[in-house]
Amino acid sequence: MKMLTFAKRNAKEILRDPLTVIFGLGFPLILILLLSAIQANIPVPLFKIEHLAPGITVFGLSFMSLFSAMLISRDRSRSLLQRLYTTPMRAVDFILGYTLPIVPFAVAQSIICYAVSLAWGLEITVNILLAIFFIIPISILFIAMGLLFGSILNDKQVGAICGALLTNLSAWLSGIWFDLELVGGIFKRIAYMLPFVHAVELERAVIAGNFGDILPHLMWVLGYAILIFIAAVLLFLRQMRNL
Amino acid sequence: MYAIKADKLVKKYKNLTAVDGLDLEIEQGEIFSLLGVNGAGKTTTIKMLSCLTKLTSGDAYLLGKSISTETNAVKSLIAVSPQETAVASGLNVHENLELICGVYGFSNEKKNVRIKEITSLLGLDSVLSKKVGKLSGGWQRRLSIAMALISEPKILFLDEPTLGLDVIARSELWDIIRTLKGKITIILTTHYMEEAEALSDRIGIMKSGKLLICDTAEKIKERAGTNKFEDAFVRIVKEETL
Repeated sequence: MKMLTFAKRNAKEILRDPLTVIFGLGFPLILILLLSAIQANIPVPLFKIEHLAPGITVFGLSFMSLFSAMLISRDRSRSLLQRLYTTPMRAVDFILGYTLPIVPFAVAQSIICYAVSLAWGLEITVNILLAIFFIIPISILFIAMGLLFGSILNDKQVGAICGALLTNLSAWLSGIWFDLELVGGIFKRIAYMLPFVHAVELERAVIAGNFGDILPHLMWVLGYAILIFIAAVLLFLRQMRNL
Repeated sequence: MYAIKADKLVKKYKNLTAVDGLDLEIEQGEIFSLLGVNGAGKTTTIKMLSCLTKLTSGDAYLLGKSISTETNAVKSLIAVSPQETAVASGLNVHENLELICGVYGFSNEKKNVRIKEITSLLGLDSVLSKKVGKLSGGWQRRLSIAMALISEPKILFLDEPTLGLDVIARSELWDIIRTLKGKITIILTTHYMEEAEALSDRIGIMKSGKLLICDTAEKIKERAGTNKFEDAFVRIVKEETL
């Protein structure tokens, strides 16, 4: 009950923020439309819709980190959390209350991205439904990053770290915009040690129906999601106890 | 039973002792003000008493419940209106009040009754559907106090409740606080001497984590040998320095 009340409040705050619509939905859609238009004029294998749609869908999730981090850091700086810490709410109510409302938003964002991609030639298969299902663990990864940064950074730092650094990292190290094979070397090795490229390749494997490729990428994504979520919970609890 | 009884309460941050052996007794229904210059330990004291910060040693009892071992019981007795307004700015006034009712697990029926009562008490009816981020500082302060009162606390902590408000908004908030006198115990921190003098049954003056004096405004002025409370405050704090 307490958690649901808090989750409902968080959902309202996110949905009423114009930033959510602009970056959460508008930006990924513009990218799909723009890159598909480029692809129509100058065909590049990387920008084929079956490669592009999973990539942009995962990239859009990096904004979920921004939304969750911004919400938590604002609640901290405006002392709303301080007020709520003196109520009977438990730590688990806060953590789930911040996490759960963003998952449906992430799923809705991926549905919209894939729906637009259908109009641009993505083949209609049941794999799209599976790809939307696998968005859930990937979204948990990005939300956990938001929970982590929101617990330790202030509003301005969140804007810089999540709004600029994280979105760039997830773009550069995910193989969405350029083939990592082309760069190779240490850049490629670092990219494959991080979860972003695995999240994109997981979605691409599902869309392509290469189900045998799913598990290794899923393990990377889940491994990072669990580790970051644990770190985020510990840091959240630390700031909760050290006001 | 005292509303609050602090027993040698200490809070240390590494090398800094923010609260140093505080002994304090506050009666039920009393309005008690904590005064002090910046860094005196007022806010840390409130944070410890409201279970926001762990104490280093000693203990305090709120209506007999220990802040170190019975935090859940203490939390069910108190409410806090922090220094910042601490409201959800993307929600409207009604939704903010609903949020607090929800985290206290009120039934729908109780929620509606309490929202009606509290909006009437604090004169919030006219702004009930307004988005909080668009309200003036004075309205946000009122809402902040409404959010603290809606859970029917036995003890209310108000940390700098009129900070940054204009004279009219401050006077209106004073009237609201006066209406609560005797009904619940209020612990107030403030930098405004006239506020403490006008509202409080007793006043405690803190400096460097210690309670220098704790008495009525009249007795404090008498002891400092002045008719003006602000002068009394300055003398007591400076004498301690000398």
